[in-house]
Amino acid sequence: MSPTRVVLAKPGLDGHDRGIKVVAMALRDAGAEVVYLGLRRTPEEIWHAAVEEDADVVGVSVLSGAHVALAGELLAERARVGADTPLVVGGTVPAEDADRLRAMGVEAVHPVGTSLPDVVASVLSLGARERTA
Amino acid sequence: MTIAETTDAGIPVAPVYEEADVAPDLAERLGSPGAPPFTRGPYPTMYRGQLWTMRQFAGFGSPEDANARFKFLLERGQSALSVAFDLPTQLGYDSSHPSARADVGRVGVAIDTVDDMVDLFDGIPLDEISVNFTINATAPIILAMYLVAAERQGAAPADLAGTLQNDILKEFLARKTFIYPPEPSLRLSCDVIEHAAGALPRFNPISITGYHAREAGCDAIQELALAMGNAIAYSDALVARGLAFDSFAPRLSFHFATTMDLFEEVAKLRAARRLWYRIATERFGASKPPSGRLRFFSGNSGTTLTAQQPLNNVVRSTIQCLGAVLGGAQSIHVMGYDEAYEIPSEEAVTLSLRTQQIIALESGVARTADPLAGSYFVEALTDELETRARALIDELDAAGGAAAAIEAGISQRWIAESAYRLEREVSNGERPRVGVNVYATDGDEPHLGEMFEADPGVAGRHAARTAERVEARDALVCRAAIDAVSVAAQEGANVMPPLIDAARAGATLGELADVFRSVFGEFREPALW
Repeated sequence: MSPTRVVLAKPGLDGHDRGIKVVAMALRDAGAEVVYLGLRRTPEEIWHAAVEEDADVVGVSVLSGAHVALAGELLAERARVGADTPLVVGGTVPAEDADRLRAMGVEAVHPVGTSLPDVVASVLSLGARERTA
Repeated sequence: MTIAETTDAGIPVAPVYEEADVAPDLAERLGSPGAPPFTRGPYPTMYRGQLWTMRQFAGFGSPEDANARFKFLLERGQSALSVAFDLPTQLGYDSSHPSARADVGRVGVAIDTVDDMVDLFDGIPLDEISVNFTINATAPIILAMYLVAAERQGAAPADLAGTLQNDILKEFLARKTFIYPPEPSLRLSCDVIEHAAGALPRFNPISITGYHAREAGCDAIQELALAMGNAIAYSDALVARGLAFDSFAPRLSFHFATTMDLFEEVAKLRAARRLWYRIATERFGASKPPSGRLRFFSGNSGTTLTAQQPLNNVVRSTIQCLGAVLGGAQSIHVMGYDEAYEIPSEEAVTLSLRTQQIIALESGVARTADPLAGSYFVEALTDELETRARALIDELDAAGGAAAAIEAGISQRWIAESAYRLEREVSNGERPRVGVNVYATDGDEPHLGEMFEADPGVAGRHAARTAERVEARDALVCRAAIDAVSVAAQEGANVMPPLIDAARAGATLGELADVFRSVFGEFREPALW
């Protein structure tokens, strides 16, 4: 099977990119093909890239506390463009917000404190599910 | 349990240190506290003369919300303020901007106009309380608004004490609150420093920062080299403008992290002072001792704090604060134990302040200057960190300096690779994290007090108030003032005088940042990793 394709991005204004770069490197080392779009990406840019890159998973990282608002904008744009690529959110997400994000339609949430191998396994399994769907 | 044989930065450590482990001529490398090369501290009596400034980084919501938190801290014995701005303010957007909505008031206070700055410091005498501003791309605008707010209080510029972060180069390395491309960004930073050199004798117009690169993942040696590389870049640019090094160097200040490896961190802070003294004298020909006297603020490390078993973070922060004190910090921020989840609650921030107060008043470590001087281990480690950092500064020089190294992606790669190495070491258990990869207790709910809750109504209310204030200002006067900023930006004149006039005339932060956007353009970072 060809490698899982992952598009990663930082939405909103937050520039804390240590976590997302570490995840990008770990996914790459686990055999995924990773496209990291960089900072301050709009929902339009992120889903445009997801479609262009034929992504199996889209991952975003938010450390500013704006994760609920930004995930809402991302899910709305995903619906608008008619994509169904699963969205994964990581960052400083309190437990109740993680539940809320899942209820909104985010496929997986990785709050601060999640181990790197767990993040990688989650993204790869979502990717595998997409590819066999 | 095994104990690692190297420091966090990978320096080998022997089980025992003896006199022979310290290179000869130690006395020359140390000097006395307050005397070159300042290894032992910037002042002769250190904390006996003046305790470090306890400066908890704070701010959220509207100016009134942040003002209430400031007063909460001052009532509990904090000795100065440190303002956190929200991301729209840091990135030059008013609260009404479509890109701003999700982030208004989240990680700091929202400031649109000089009236917000007046509200922020309501009831706080600016000629008595020193204020630190964590602001970079919009630092000239924020400084202008602060100066006008002080003017409205009747405070004289010569009496204003505080620090503007204003180290834009490091924003290209970490946290990334840049707006304009590197070159005009550097020019704006230098405009601020040049202005302050004449007008603000007690104010630090820049805090040259290794902290953010460290928090983004680099090690203690790289942190030293990156901070010194940036200090060299600003100094080169200011000297190229025709300023004498001795005219601005005494007001340059620094900012370093203090993380978990206690002796490495203390050695790093001592090495930083010696490095800067040598750079100031050897490279820039400093002729006044204060030009090579490094003063610094230390923030503890948020990235060492864990979401698991969060009360353990109180212990971690205590060790880090102790490291900053033993390293001779001039001001200190201690992290809240709940910062892995939210900005700190009142309970958490009070405990952070109490941590500083207990170390200051009960531990006895403040009684004498540089108490670790002469320790075989600490002196050997200080020498080693200095030597290794100098080798990296040479690498930055070879790349054409700090700005060129950033443009080539060299510095970013140091940081990203080190961050990934650290994370793998935690994942595979090589680097112990109590409560995370050792002594983890699965399934326990974290013990946290009442958490901070953001107010979702801030963005709308704040945007509405700015709209009223824009409506109330003299539109013609304001337009002319904004145009004068544009002229200065285009002609290469110092932007500070027209920015102060524009702040007085009620120009918004977004309007002024837009002037610079149209003159300088916006920087889009290549997504390096």
